[in-house]
Amino acid sequence: MKIILGVILYIVAAPLVGGILAGIDRVLSAKLQSRVGPPLLQPFYDVLKLFEKRTMIVNRFQNAYAWCHVIFMAMTGAFFFEGGDILLAVFALTLAGIFLILGAYSSNSPYSYLGAERELVLMLAYEPMVILTMVGMYMVAQSFSFMEIAASQRPIILYLPGVFLGFLYILPMKLRKSPFDISSSHHAHQELVRGLTSDFSGSMLALIEIAHWYETTLLLGLVYLFFSFNPVVGVCAAFGTYFLGILVDNSYARLKWELAFTSAWGIALVLGGGNLAILYFIAGG
Amino acid sequence: MEIVLFLFIAPVLAAVIQPAIRTIRSRSIAAVGSAIVISGGVIALFFLDIKESPAFFTAHSNAVNMAVLAGEILLSVYVVITGLKHKRYLAVLLMLAQIAIILGLELFYGDRLSAAHNLFLDRFSIIMAFIIGIIGSLIMVYACGYMKDFHTQHPEVRDRSSFFFIVCYLFLASMFVLVFANNLVWLHFCWELTTLASFLLIGYADTDEAVNNAFTALTMNLLGGLAFAGGIAYLCVAHGIVELDRLLAMNKYSVVLPVVLLSLAGITKSAQLPFSGWLLGAMVAPTPSSALLHSSTMVKAGVYLLLRLSPLLAHTLTGSMVTLVGGASFLVASLIAVSQRNAKWVLAYSTVANLGLIVACAGIGSAGTLWAGIFLILFHAVAKSLLFQSVGTVEHRLHSRDIEDMDNLINRMPRVTAMMVVGISGMFLAPFGMLISKWAALKAFIDIDSMLGLVLIVLLSYGSAATLFFWTKWMGKIISMKNKKIESGNMDAAVSRQELSSESIHAVLTVVLCLAFPLISQLLVEPYVSRISGIDYGIARGNYVIMGIMVSMLIALPVIIIRLQRHAQFVMSDGYTSGHTVSSDRHYIGSLGIDRKISMKNIYMKEYFGEKKIFAAGTAAGILFIIAMVAGALI
Repeated sequence: MKIILGVILYIVAAPLVGGILAGIDRVLSAKLQSRVGPPLLQPFYDVLKLFEKRTMIVNRFQNAYAWCHVIFMAMTGAFFFEGGDILLAVFALTLAGIFLILGAYSSNSPYSYLGAERELVLMLAYEPMVILTMVGMYMVAQSFSFMEIAASQRPIILYLPGVFLGFLYILPMKLRKSPFDISSSHHAHQELVRGLTSDFSGSMLALIEIAHWYETTLLLGLVYLFFSFNPVVGVCAAFGTYFLGILVDNSYARLKWELAFTSAWGIALVLGGGNLAILYFIAGG
Repeated sequence: MEIVLFLFIAPVLAAVIQPAIRTIRSRSIAAVGSAIVISGGVIALFFLDIKESPAFFTAHSNAVNMAVLAGEILLSVYVVITGLKHKRYLAVLLMLAQIAIILGLELFYGDRLSAAHNLFLDRFSIIMAFIIGIIGSLIMVYACGYMKDFHTQHPEVRDRSSFFFIVCYLFLASMFVLVFANNLVWLHFCWELTTLASFLLIGYADTDEAVNNAFTALTMNLLGGLAFAGGIAYLCVAHGIVELDRLLAMNKYSVVLPVVLLSLAGITKSAQLPFSGWLLGAMVAPTPSSALLHSSTMVKAGVYLLLRLSPLLAHTLTGSMVTLVGGASFLVASLIAVSQRNAKWVLAYSTVANLGLIVACAGIGSAGTLWAGIFLILFHAVAKSLLFQSVGTVEHRLHSRDIEDMDNLINRMPRVTAMMVVGISGMFLAPFGMLISKWAALKAFIDIDSMLGLVLIVLLSYGSAATLFFWTKWMGKIISMKNKKIESGNMDAAVSRQELSSESIHAVLTVVLCLAFPLISQLLVEPYVSRISGIDYGIARGNYVIMGIMVSMLIALPVIIIRLQRHAQFVMSDGYTSGHTVSSDRHYIGSLGIDRKISMKNIYMKEYFGEKKIFAAGTAAGILFIIAMVAGALI
């Protein structure tokens, strides 16, 4: 019963948290760029407006992809709260991401197609680090359950500083923020045609936006896990990470996909693999 | 026991009747008939014999032993003659060395060669029988349709279809004995039969390339066969045993050398680095034989043997080296697959990669890796067979195996595309079988808690990322869709019934196996793993629930959504081209009103994942690990 309540709470609350974070992002970005900027709740108005709009589609399969994307994204978070296996949940997250990519491929337009390819390159780039992060969590907390890791009294960050830095590095890829917003960008001054989502419109675009809120919440939840020994520190760290992301987003130019890929793989190996090797070494010695 | 014999006799009979068959129609009827009979046998095996497993059968008969010996001699005579004819002296030499060992054993130690139990049956063999029987015989149904098209489109190749079918059915028969054999001499004979069968199948087209690649396969596998024979000879002379069960009961430190030799045989047969070349060369063969080699026979014999040996490999230097060979093969092959645009090559590299993972699991030899290894064999067989078949079908319609030519395949061949999508999803997506097995392997690697485990985790995380990449871009290519308004002719109609029915059954099996996966685990795999490892092994039930939910949702959701929106009103438009789109076939009106075509190609990242460089590095690593393994045994 408690589990069901938790799942329902997550499904309702996660997009609200994600949406407000997106609002904060826009307010802060505007301040950084000396603009007036939108109100805090603007992302919600945008999504509501999108639902009102006519939905133009290229083919009917697109809708199925968009819906599957948001549903599996929400489900991934539900798995976490159900106490499920974080590795399985990460694979579910990948599945959700694949649906969005397939939706973009399916539209057959060159912009979507290129966006899909680039999103896929990003996935290739961040996937090793994500898996190593999960493995690291398990090694420290001795559990694959999200809840048990969160309840663990061990300061995970002290065991996994390298993994944490590596995870921070790939976080902008997952959130599609600069310098890794190569598959689609939310900065209007950079482009009007948004790669991956070029051929989604109206309610379908709204769904993708909601899925993005879920994802933001989920990823910050993962950041929280590193600091979960103290909930206050954890929440602060999660928000701090997000603000750091906004700062980087506004101050760095976009990187080429080649650099994004090679640097992410290198960092995952050195920081992620290196950190885990030291843990093994200490545990073994 | 009767069913085991039946499973051997049924494909032999199917082979025997082939010369009498004249028309395609009667061949299809025979193929469907044998598929039903053989699958029936496998199902009967499951229901009748599962309770008494593991069961050992004496099946003692001098006549059979004599027949095996005569078979070995005949086989070597054939290989020697063929080798001399084509001036392949290395193959001849390897064959002669091998037959010398076998004959020497027979002459000087003949009394020790009689096994107490020649055949046996346990839950692992039942799974293998399922793969060989059901997948193998379905591929033969598919072959009926395929070979007809093959010979129409390749008039330069002499039509030896009956020969092809005979070899394939004998291949299946020898695979059945291979997984039920407890007598290592019998096992070795079947091992060599499968080598010969793949040699004949690869050389089917009889071109220079085909003959060349067939001999590469033969030579590499004869090397493995020689190691196998050496292992048997050592066991027989030093310990007086020729049975698999008695070998497994030995103290692992007293049988280091024979285990190294047998592992070497397993590594060559499962096409691990540095012996991957033969499986890649095998691509010249007609597609049904590729499907056989990659899914239900040949390479699966290699990993089967290694998984059987895995209790002896656990926590030994041999085991670590086997694991490293497998891990390196997994990473190298996954990375190279990213740079391949030929669909069959992608499939081939992905096979090497997945076998690598199974080999790595076998080398670790813990309960978790054993569980993962067996499931990887099962799920890989089904999905890979499906993919080879659909690529073969597409190739005959598009006259190309290039993935770039499969643009908008969903418009041109919707049904075959659906099969391909199921196959590809089956290979890498949660919650399908391969990913679940990979997940289990990853957990098992963490649980062994050693540096070797960490190396594997890193290899697996990078290899999986590459896997994700090359499958998704392929899937994206075939599902990118032109607007329904412009029909471009449906080519599904031209696909033969045999091909479509075999593919459909495979697609259904891919999904059903995922749903039935907890059942398979509880009835077959967990009891087997618990018996071998001596610990009560099981997967947490909660995870089954999650997987079950995901599979059901994945099947139901797209259907429900599309149905619900059947009547919803959307504005249909064309894909955005930043100009006036002429048609959804990626044409737009450019400046000066000229109709322009856009073409989109996938990313292959050749500068990072170039085949030559990575393959050479992988081969070097593979040689190094094998030298270390052999040296470790000799010291």
